[in-house]
Amino acid sequence: MYVAVKGGERAIEAAHKLLAEDRRGDPKVPAVTVEQIAEQLTLAVDRVMAEGSLYDPALAALAVKQSRGDLIEAIFLIRAARTTLPRFGYSAPLDTARMAVRRRVSATFKDIPGGQILGATFDYSHRLIDFALAGNSPPERAATSSETLDTSLPRVLSLLGAEGLIEEPQQGDGEPGDLTTAPLDFPADRDLRLQMLARGDEGFLLALAYSTQRGYGRTHPFAGEIRFGEATVLFTPEELGFEIAIGTIAVTECEMVNQFVGSPETPPQFTRGYGLVFGQLERKAMAMALVDRALRADEFGEERTAPAQDEEFVLSHADNVQATGFVEHLKLPHYVDFQAELELLRRLRAERKATPEDSA
Amino acid sequence: MTPAYNFAYLNEQTKRMIRRAILKAVAVPGYQVPFASREMPMPYGWGTGGVQVTASLLKPDDVLKVIDQGADDTTNAVSIRKFFVRTAGIATTEDTRRATVIQTRHRIPETPLGEGQILVLQVPIPEPLRFLEPRETETRKMHALAEYGVMHVKLYEDIARFGHIATTYAYPARVAGRYVLDPSPIPKFDNPKLDRCPALQLFGAGREKRIYAILPHSRVVSLDFEDHPFSVQHFDQPCALCGGRDSFLDEIIMDDRGTRMFVCSDTDHCSKRRAAGLGSSGERR
Repeated sequence: MYVAVKGGERAIEAAHKLLAEDRRGDPKVPAVTVEQIAEQLTLAVDRVMAEGSLYDPALAALAVKQSRGDLIEAIFLIRAARTTLPRFGYSAPLDTARMAVRRRVSATFKDIPGGQILGATFDYSHRLIDFALAGNSPPERAATSSETLDTSLPRVLSLLGAEGLIEEPQQGDGEPGDLTTAPLDFPADRDLRLQMLARGDEGFLLALAYSTQRGYGRTHPFAGEIRFGEATVLFTPEELGFEIAIGTIAVTECEMVNQFVGSPETPPQFTRGYGLVFGQLERKAMAMALVDRALRADEFGEERTAPAQDEEFVLSHADNVQATGFVEHLKLPHYVDFQAELELLRRLRAERKATPEDSA
Repeated sequence: MTPAYNFAYLNEQTKRMIRRAILKAVAVPGYQVPFASREMPMPYGWGTGGVQVTASLLKPDDVLKVIDQGADDTTNAVSIRKFFVRTAGIATTEDTRRATVIQTRHRIPETPLGEGQILVLQVPIPEPLRFLEPRETETRKMHALAEYGVMHVKLYEDIARFGHIATTYAYPARVAGRYVLDPSPIPKFDNPKLDRCPALQLFGAGREKRIYAILPHSRVVSLDFEDHPFSVQHFDQPCALCGGRDSFLDEIIMDDRGTRMFVCSDTDHCSKRRAAGLGSSGERR
């Protein structure tokens, strides 16, 4: 005999305890430390900070541990923590020309003022499993130079701009919008679009960016410059009234040079796509720049035909915390709605049975 | 109660922002008010909109009831109830009549609600026109112009194809003669309860960042046609536990030979009836 199901509460508690056990894994194996994650799984931590919209490597590393390496889950943990934090204001725009560069490459010029700086990259490595890494031997030391880098490295796109070959970067006035404190409205300005792209899902943006390269909203991109390093954050606290440096953050910036436009009034110029993310996330920064440019279709009188050019489509679906929530909520009980559908379907079938085919 | 968090988790600025949205929703019944939905510590789709509305309403002396699919003990109802016990130290109840605030997913309690009570419904897709027009920019225009013909066309097409309106839950209704709203995925069985309800009904959609409301005693009319009037589901058998014939039933599969059992989806309603001595025949034992 059926009795109404009880005991949901105890089952949930037991499930949480089981999760904690599984997270720990075999107790004979030492537990991974948050420091180890922060130091050795840096790119995972970077992604969690970028899509979590919170620059806090230690907290992001802990979230990676708590989520058992499920980065979207870690991003979600960071977002929920972010909700509880107060907002003090807006920093001054980052001066990335003066950032402490760790890597800087341009695909548009062989040599550039300040030089191409390869830095730490997977780009030219052979993707062969390195069995030595299974052991614990320390890496060989990389060679260092006695020369120091220039403190200011001009942006490649500024060099093009000096000749008028590329559109001027847009100057925003007033405070930038913030879609975490005000509901997003369409059409959205570029500041809001860039914010959404910066915290959007890397995989989603990658696929959209890729689609533009394959002809769904083509923009003829060149990687003008990609740079990664630490930039200083300047902020003016209200009580001080003058600007102070409050710290440095590691960011990757990508400036794309895209197909040119011109009109009877203005000679043809290249156009820009921009990407900026926390940490060393070059794939994400590049995808962001490509999608940013695709979303500027209206500005250049381009017909919006592809998904990557469709602002409502891109901005409404880029957030992986929203996406995963709604997809996974299908796991929640839907007995009531399903029962309502069953009842109708049974009735329709019964009616069909009662009515011979020819009279229908 | 966890003192590390503000009462009911949200900070007071956020609560004020949500209360403003609620006031606007109350002032324009059925209108979807955009609000700056926050990321909550439970996933989108689990009721973040309802949780934010509830969090902004709760006072220390409130008594909270949380149900999912009509039941107090479904996993998500348990989880949300515990969240408010933990962050607000609030008193909770399963008794529909005792509750001052009831948060629900997919059902409206069978026990009629009274004055002073607030029903908070969790909403996945607040836009009743969304599956007819995917663009928000378009649907907002359609609401502004009260251009709801497309919805009637959809219902008509159902009748042409199936002989019935094939919408069985989240059945669209018009509030106070103006806005058409999505009552959230409640079975259409519950739609009549929306009408002239003495309690305030608030709808929160977290992921979609919208809040809307039905004022106490408002007229709520489910869309239909003169020759195809709105009707609700009816069950051929009574609840197998309490014998009730007027409640929405869950179907329980008992074995792999097709044995089915139908029981009340509203656990409070069903257990009250059984406590009053009503048995499977609906008769007093």
